[in-house]
Amino acid sequence: MTQPIIEMRSIEKNYGNIVALAGVSFDVRPGECHCLLGDNGAGKSTFIKTMSGVVQPTRGQIVVEGRPMSFQSPRDAMNAGIATVYQDLAMIPLMSVARNFFMGREPTTGWGPFKRFDVERANSVTMAEMKKMGINLREADQAVGTLSGGERQTVAIARAVHFGAKVLILDEPTSALGVRQTANVLSTIDRVRKQGVGVVFITHNVRHAMAVGDRFTVLNRGKTLGTSQRGEITPDQLQDLMAGGQEMAQLEASLGGTV
Amino acid sequence: MTMERAQMSSVPATPDERLRQVSFLSRLMKRPELGAVAGLILVVAFFAVTADPAMFSLAGVINFLTPAAQLGILALGASLLMIGGEFDLSLGSMVAFAGLIFGVAVTVTGWPLILAIPATLLVAALLGAVNAQIVLRTALPSFIVTLAGLFILRGLSLVGLKWATGGSTQLRGVSDVVEGDWLLPFFSGDAFEGLFAWLAARGWIETFGNGSAKVPGVPVEIVWFVLLTAVATWVLLRTPAGNWIFASGGDKTAAINSGVPVRKVKVALFVLTACCAALVAIITVLDAGSTDARRGFQKEFEAIIAAVIGGALLTGGYGSAVGAFFGSIIFGVVMIGLSYTNIDQDWYQVFLGSMLLVAVIFNNAIRKRVTGER
Repeated sequence: MTQPIIEMRSIEKNYGNIVALAGVSFDVRPGECHCLLGDNGAGKSTFIKTMSGVVQPTRGQIVVEGRPMSFQSPRDAMNAGIATVYQDLAMIPLMSVARNFFMGREPTTGWGPFKRFDVERANSVTMAEMKKMGINLREADQAVGTLSGGERQTVAIARAVHFGAKVLILDEPTSALGVRQTANVLSTIDRVRKQGVGVVFITHNVRHAMAVGDRFTVLNRGKTLGTSQRGEITPDQLQDLMAGGQEMAQLEASLGGTV
Repeated sequence: MTMERAQMSSVPATPDERLRQVSFLSRLMKRPELGAVAGLILVVAFFAVTADPAMFSLAGVINFLTPAAQLGILALGASLLMIGGEFDLSLGSMVAFAGLIFGVAVTVTGWPLILAIPATLLVAALLGAVNAQIVLRTALPSFIVTLAGLFILRGLSLVGLKWATGGSTQLRGVSDVVEGDWLLPFFSGDAFEGLFAWLAARGWIETFGNGSAKVPGVPVEIVWFVLLTAVATWVLLRTPAGNWIFASGGDKTAAINSGVPVRKVKVALFVLTACCAALVAIITVLDAGSTDARRGFQKEFEAIIAAVIGGALLTGGYGSAVGAFFGSIIFGVVMIGLSYTNIDQDWYQVFLGSMLLVAVIFNNAIRKRVTGER
């Protein structure tokens, strides 16, 4: 078994006297898609915030490639190769795909006062990276606003990977997408995984998780309810774990088994 | 499940059949400066028909380009600032205040231009930085913060002028003290005089009876205007700083999350805008030989209108320096052009207001089309 890129050991996080996380352990290996499931309020967002350096855990250990680390800021996490694609994507619709792709990290050419934004390189790299993700852009200078939600998601993922992400945290990337768009994003996750990047896929949709996941960890009320391998668990079992079993079974029965 | 997975990875990347091929025309429509160019063609056509042909002689063109350039230098600053997502309504008052500083520096303290000009720019830059700090620290809209600046600086200019002159709101005598200063030709008078004299000698441009050219050269403000437009365009489109300006105005949070130094960008833009106002103040004060409290009156609105005609969005993140360039020339053409016609001069403001309205509606529609916003 390969060494995990990042290991989160017994992470606890308290906000005052509210326990948001009560000892969560989680790890990601290169080239795998580890799904983090949980209903609203299960602690998913708090957990990824500790992983991406936005908040610091009250207790617990973060180990990156065997070395214990402590992230004081998102910058620290990014430098360690942990990239997060949030739901708002950090994209500007009025700007071109290439300008968005390199926003804040523009390639330059020339020297001194003639140092300039290498637009040609930015355009060609963007086209190439998007092609790798299976999206043929008409041109690199088309506005991001012209892309569909799924394509924007893919640009954000491609950008993170291009800038050296070893672990990619995707915060509910499919929650606002249609069927076709979702399929595209899931196939993007698959491509990224094949490049050796570890993907943390946060979702509360069991079908989306089952489509690409290698391992599944379910969070409920700030605790992990265990991690399972693909093939060891059925979608129904996952659904039950997420919703807390008993009540869900009753609910489901009353809805005629449609949920 | 495994089957589903295999299918997923082989989703072919065929181009979306609903996307039409982009024609040259719609590529052209993507340019933010399109509205300003179209508007300029329209007003030029209008005056070509209605105005005295003298308007489009060399002398006539210089005649409308000079006020266009004075406004245009302000509009460039306003445009960049708007692209960066902020406004500066104190721009016009800044011209008056910088004029006061400059006037006092050369007449009262008797500084040479090499000291007076940097001092004026420095004071303006500081005031721009103060505006920026207030806007950034309070997170209030720059519209309201700089509206306060509009009144404060106008009032200070009046008070300062009376203090410097002993009661008058006009400070005279600038021409006499700067006479012969080696820096003067860069900020006053005409450029390329040799070239124009040469052209006149060849008979290629109009001359007076004595053989000297009717137009002795290009007024320096036009040269500054063209140079600054070129630099601003280069910065916007070809430097990382340009990308940061678009990003800061487009979506502040997204820009910050991507590592763009948004605060620094905004401070720099406020400073730049204030320095544009100071440059206009220096040029016009040297030109008139005096400064007064009404200098730059309502120029903030004209500059913002020129920027908007040039394609800048009021919400930031979109616009162009070339657009502001053409927007300013439209101003010059209309302002001066009316005097070449039989039309009542007072139609000027009606004309500009309508122009602004058309530009805003047009820009909005175009932007929705090109960015596919729904």
